[in-house]
Amino acid sequence: MASQKKKHLLPGFGLSLGVTLVYLSLIVLIPLAAVFLRTTELSLHEFWAVVTTPRVVATYKLTFGASLLAAVINLVFGLLTAWVLVRYQFFGKKVLDALVDLPFALPTAVAGIALTAIYAPNGWLGQWLEPHGIKVAFTPLGVVVALTFIGLPFVVRTVQPVLEDFSAEAEEAAASLGANRWQTFYKIILPAIWPALLTGFSLAFARAVGEYGSVIFIAGNMPMISEITPLMIITKLEQYDYAGATAIAVVMLVISFVLLLLINLLQWWSNHRHGHK
Amino acid sequence: MHTTQFQQYQGKVAYKRATSEPTWVRWGLIGLALAFLGLFLLIPLAAVFAEALRKGWGVYLAAITEADALSAMKLTLIASLISVPLNLVFGVAAAWAITKFDFKGKSFLITLIDLPFAVSPVIAGLIFVLIFGLQGWFGEWLIDHDLKVVFAVPGIVLATIFVTFPFVARELIPLMQAQGKEEEEAALVLGASGWKMLWHVTLPNVKWGLIYGVILTNARAMGEFGAVSVVSGHIRGLTNTMPLHVEILYNEYNYAAAFAVASLLTLLALVTLVLKTYVEWQASRDAANIEKEVTA
Repeated sequence: MASQKKKHLLPGFGLSLGVTLVYLSLIVLIPLAAVFLRTTELSLHEFWAVVTTPRVVATYKLTFGASLLAAVINLVFGLLTAWVLVRYQFFGKKVLDALVDLPFALPTAVAGIALTAIYAPNGWLGQWLEPHGIKVAFTPLGVVVALTFIGLPFVVRTVQPVLEDFSAEAEEAAASLGANRWQTFYKIILPAIWPALLTGFSLAFARAVGEYGSVIFIAGNMPMISEITPLMIITKLEQYDYAGATAIAVVMLVISFVLLLLINLLQWWSNHRHGHK
Repeated sequence: MHTTQFQQYQGKVAYKRATSEPTWVRWGLIGLALAFLGLFLLIPLAAVFAEALRKGWGVYLAAITEADALSAMKLTLIASLISVPLNLVFGVAAAWAITKFDFKGKSFLITLIDLPFAVSPVIAGLIFVLIFGLQGWFGEWLIDHDLKVVFAVPGIVLATIFVTFPFVARELIPLMQAQGKEEEEAALVLGASGWKMLWHVTLPNVKWGLIYGVILTNARAMGEFGAVSVVSGHIRGLTNTMPLHVEILYNEYNYAAAFAVASLLTLLALVTLVLKTYVEWQASRDAANIEKEVTA
């Protein structure tokens, strides 16, 4: 009864929901549906043949492998960065805190050419790495570097607020019960920030899987070695192989949707735990 | 003072806070974090400007005032000026419907709004090629009516709208959820019209979240590469946005010019970060003020 009354009190439900649904359908849902409908032009056999070509399979391996590695790097260093930003005081902390969002704000193409310039054989870092046999630019390692840059803010920004809210009492209790610092971190703090860590990790991973702009410059784009899946879609499009491009896109979309679902579940879990403390 | 003496004594003998790390661990961790951020954020940032100015200011200025660069800037501005207001209106409408009313499928709707974040930019471009391209659903109809979407400005705008779609809604939904609907209801009871209430109560309440969303939308709109690259066709002076112009110059081995245009985009990113920090600071100050008023 009460909710019924409230529903009628505020105006604009029909209008705002209508605008939302129409705009959402026109910009997102119908265009995305187009991808799935266009694949029906291929038979299941043809579809399977396109998405399992050795060259395409090699791109999945690189895309998902490099994304996973980059997300793991960000998991470790993102936690470290969040920890340092929340717990310690040092000169330039505020500037650094703001700069963490640079990968969100910097156009990916700019990130791509900047990283390539640094890690190229004659670049600032490349000239030191190359003599030791470490090649970054134009290799799969370069892809990992670019994807690490792209995913850098996610773990930091999901873990930071949870660490800030973490009550000192739990830590004090652990210490008074004789836990050393490492035990306190491992047994008290880590379980509390674990959902946030996982959320940040999967966000970074999902972002990396679809990334294009920052990768294509540094990857070198050699077939079977350093081609990513999004590039494969573009290559097919440039050959006017619309069906092929669409088939690969569908594979990527399905994986992305599963990831999105997973992230939502994680976030729900994280909020649930966080809210009930 | 007894306490200071006691603290000094404690500090010398056995002072060790139970909930902090030893100094060497602390500085070790700070050092590691700084090294990581330096490697992945500061060095790339410095590299953009160093490369841009490698051949001097003359080359730099020439690169950013050349006709193709200027038309790329113009197109980037147009795409942003169209997509930001549209996504702003959508974001407010979506947040209003989602936070002020209860209906079935609400969380599913929120997930759908987030979809563009989960889609690769390349696929975001592809979907519009599939619909409006030569072999697309409306391809023939568009040709018959002498209209162009793909490889033209409308396609670029559509792709930009798609990739920046969720930002404003995403910022507003948690904010409006937290604020509840009492203030709006009070305004209505006092005789305000719906639009007046929106303008004088709702929007001022979420002002900072709104600005934040617009800043993020704009940054992404101006910097989008993958999606725009698929629908643009890379026609110099016509369908090149700034990021695409950077790519073309780079692929022509014109590094100084590529980095010169890239440095403008980097400045835009830095301005975005400054504005974002300012908005966050203002928002937390407002929140603190309200708390003070409540407790006073």
